[in-house]
Amino acid sequence: MTALIFALLIPLSFALGSGFVAQKWLRPFNLVGSSLLLVTATVLLFDVVANQSASESVSVAFGGWPSPIAISFLADGFSALMVLSIALVFFSVLVFAKQGLTDEGVLSERIGFILLQGVIASAIAVSLTQDLFNLYVWFELMLIGVLGLFVLNQRRQNKEAAMKYFSLNMLGTLLMLSAIGLIYGTTGHLNYEVLKHFALDENLSPQLEIYTGLLVLALLMKIGAFPLFLWLPATYHALPLPLLALIGGLLTKVTAFVLLRLSGLSLELDSLSSLLGWIAVLTMLSGVIGAAYHWDLRRILAFHIISQVGFLLLGIALLSHQAAVGTMLFLIHNVLVKTNLFLIVGVIWWVTKHYDLRQIGGLYPTNSLLAILFLINAMALVGVPPTSGFWGKFLLLNEAFHQEFYIWAIAALMTGLLTLYSMSKIWLEAFWKPAVSDSVNLNQAIPMHLTLPIIGLTLVVLLIGFYPELLIQFLQGTESGFDRDSITGFEGGAHD
Amino acid sequence: MNLLLMITISFLVGAGVYLTLSRDLLRVILGLAILGVAANFVVFYAGNPATDLSAIIAQGEQMLPAGAANPLPQVLVLTAIVIGFALISFALVLMVAIVREPSSEKYQANQVGHASPSSRDIDALALNEPTKTEADNPNKPAILESK
Repeated sequence: MTALIFALLIPLSFALGSGFVAQKWLRPFNLVGSSLLLVTATVLLFDVVANQSASESVSVAFGGWPSPIAISFLADGFSALMVLSIALVFFSVLVFAKQGLTDEGVLSERIGFILLQGVIASAIAVSLTQDLFNLYVWFELMLIGVLGLFVLNQRRQNKEAAMKYFSLNMLGTLLMLSAIGLIYGTTGHLNYEVLKHFALDENLSPQLEIYTGLLVLALLMKIGAFPLFLWLPATYHALPLPLLALIGGLLTKVTAFVLLRLSGLSLELDSLSSLLGWIAVLTMLSGVIGAAYHWDLRRILAFHIISQVGFLLLGIALLSHQAAVGTMLFLIHNVLVKTNLFLIVGVIWWVTKHYDLRQIGGLYPTNSLLAILFLINAMALVGVPPTSGFWGKFLLLNEAFHQEFYIWAIAALMTGLLTLYSMSKIWLEAFWKPAVSDSVNLNQAIPMHLTLPIIGLTLVVLLIGFYPELLIQFLQGTESGFDRDSITGFEGGAHD
Repeated sequence: MNLLLMITISFLVGAGVYLTLSRDLLRVILGLAILGVAANFVVFYAGNPATDLSAIIAQGEQMLPAGAANPLPQVLVLTAIVIGFALISFALVLMVAIVREPSSEKYQANQVGHASPSSRDIDALALNEPTKTEADNPNKPAILESK
């Protein structure tokens, strides 16, 4: 329980502290903060594991109010793993960003660290909270933080990207707020667990279904689902690279995690599931096809975010415990691999000073370590067996075939094939092709602070790939909320 | 009261959507601000404001009587107003920064001839003004003129 509170308090207090520490201590200070967070997240996971055997949950209700009234935070297997992957990715990106978060000088550096810690705190809170309105507030804080990060570099493209990001996400947020208001108006509750009972109530459910649809629409907008994804590749490439790795790796996944949680623990998506599945298919395909068209490394990866989001949506649409386990595994894998690929793009930029594949070449003979790291992560993204990507996809596709959604599963397989196409495009162009120009010296030794985080994340990816049983069993033992028998009666009346 | 609220909300949503669909950056932000007000009203409506029953829990009872006013949505709306205000302020500052950038005509639907130094200062906020009215009335702030 203490770890649960500290997982939130640490990033918040380090955000505050970053406003006051001396300039030269700024990065060490934040590194300490993120490693403390990593330790706390690990402790939290062990707490959850210890409590799972005693079938208790790790939760805290703030303000001393009784359970459905208080705003409560809950860590179970899913959210503890989410917090741990957020902390891990944050730490890796901070190690990577030794040259600074941006190239704009001192002031923006300080603001950048404050905002970054704030975004991490919000992402953690979003994964832990059990209250719909609280969820909305943390989403808004995340939005404000990310907007600030967008304009750290004050170039024109940053401002434009921030404006696009603002207007589309604001629209999603407003939809979310209205949906939450309407849900509260119908049920008189905001707590996830209580809402589940209302959602299963025959008398209320038609009304609640509409409001749930509104909430799902808002989340789909923030996830970047078809056809509302265009803001994503139009904005992400404006971010300076260490921040791009973090935000591209985390934000859409955190939102997908919220949707997974809500669909299991709180709301009924039964009537939406087939629609959600088709949206997922279209999202997957439009993501990979967009990626196939582009030559800018950052844009290719940004489009791949969309197709991975499609996979996650497919898992959510299947609405079963097995699918939830698969989705969660795929989500964790995706956070790690996507961040890692963006970091590798950062190293490629560091060596060649280009993001455009047509200007890059000849990296394999000179930087074979980088090439191998890229290969492992690209294979993981495609889903080739001894990597973490395989297991999540395997569980999802297995469940899709099991539930006889053949077209969805085949579309998912097609997506994998097309992912392979654009990953091999990067491989052929950046690594195998002979060097394009002689002006860049490809033989510089890459500094340790750039390679170490990539190697670390790659090891985690391989570890999950080689020993998935532990994780799968742990997740299968966790209550995802799709198992209807587990829902016990709720005492207390509806307010109308 | 309920009818009045509903008419207000639908009017606000209509106005907000209309403004948001504009090609003009200032109008888009104003549209989002108005949509935000509409969303706040929706949450406010959740508190059952039309009732005469006040939000007092009778002695010995555990919860509000059915149909009573609920004060919680007002708290929620207050939070939402604060957050929305911060976001809209940020967006307005960002808009000024974008408009001041050289060569940002694409956000200004009807404005032509952006090269003069005077159009780079705050007058450029009058996004829909054709430049010639600026020349007609050099002292009048262009933002106040209606089109």
